[in-house]
Amino acid sequence: MPDLNLIQSKKQLRQKSINTDFEVTSLDIKEENKATIVHLGSYIKYAIVGIVFGIVFVKAEIISWFRIQEMFRLQSFHMFGVIGTAVVVGIISVWLIKKFKVKTIKGEPITFQPKTFNKGQIIGGLIFGLGWAMTGACPGPLFAQIGTGAFVVAVVLSSAIAGTWVYGYYKERLPH
Amino acid sequence: MLGFLKQPWSWYVAGALIGLIVPALLILGNRHFGISSNLRHMCAACFPANIKFFQYDWKKEIWNLFFVGGILIGAIIATVFLSNPVSVQVNPTLMAELKSYGLTTYTKQLPPEIFSFESLFTLRGFILLAVGGFFVGFGTRYAGGCTSGHAIMGLSNLQVPSLIATISFMAGGFLMANFILPFIMRL
Repeated sequence: MPDLNLIQSKKQLRQKSINTDFEVTSLDIKEENKATIVHLGSYIKYAIVGIVFGIVFVKAEIISWFRIQEMFRLQSFHMFGVIGTAVVVGIISVWLIKKFKVKTIKGEPITFQPKTFNKGQIIGGLIFGLGWAMTGACPGPLFAQIGTGAFVVAVVLSSAIAGTWVYGYYKERLPH
Repeated sequence: MLGFLKQPWSWYVAGALIGLIVPALLILGNRHFGISSNLRHMCAACFPANIKFFQYDWKKEIWNLFFVGGILIGAIIATVFLSNPVSVQVNPTLMAELKSYGLTTYTKQLPPEIFSFESLFTLRGFILLAVGGFFVGFGTRYAGGCTSGHAIMGLSNLQVPSLIATISFMAGGFLMANFILPFIMRL
């Protein structure tokens, strides 16, 4: 069946070329004008935003295993309220940024990339959902949970890094 | 003021602050909110192993590693200086269910019966922590994002794929919490 093999390999080739992860901006946009030297000081501002986020995570109990269990059992409105409010504030913010063509503090334009659908968003999404209910954490809270002194979560984080690595290893062979 | 900050924060305060992270990162440097990609950057930095998915200049994404470093520090600050001495409030129905699995401690946000090194070396603890963590890392990258990248950033930009991903996250969580977790918890 040589034809079938040909179709199969063509399909694999097509799969290899598609982008499924839109979170690595430097891969999507060629930033030739940007200096390649890393000025670590200019990243402190992101650490400060992170600190605020970390405090919110702990104080609003978003990192709580109990809160996540309540959410998935529909026993509490709390997490739905948090995510829902965040989405509404985010939608309004992005709309305002686009409408008034808001620039960055350095005067650069703010850009958005559209995402395209692939089956990974469903299959991967379901797998992540299973893990979220087991560990009570999505990737952000993993870091915050360690910060509260739950050092065993470092093992959870290491497993998550291993999971990401295994995905990268098998990416071309998985349905997308 | 400090006493006020020490109480658990309400959902609308937390939700608004998290939502504001989206414009904050955009205005600070056209950065897009998405935490799970850091796991990919860590692989690219430490174990790229000639895998195409990890062959890129992770240093260009280093802002995000500073961001999660900040999350870790923020959690330490909240725990050391803003800690609430009262036990966490949990839905009584859930408490009754958890009691049947031997979970009765509500002093912290994570039950010590699961989140301890002793537990890690039991079958139940290993499945929840090590296998659960693997699912989080594998699933988020397969989906191309997590709660921050899809549910918050993606939905803020009205992306349909992010809505599909968010519904899938929730479906997986409902399935696990209601139908699979009861079996794991009894191990």
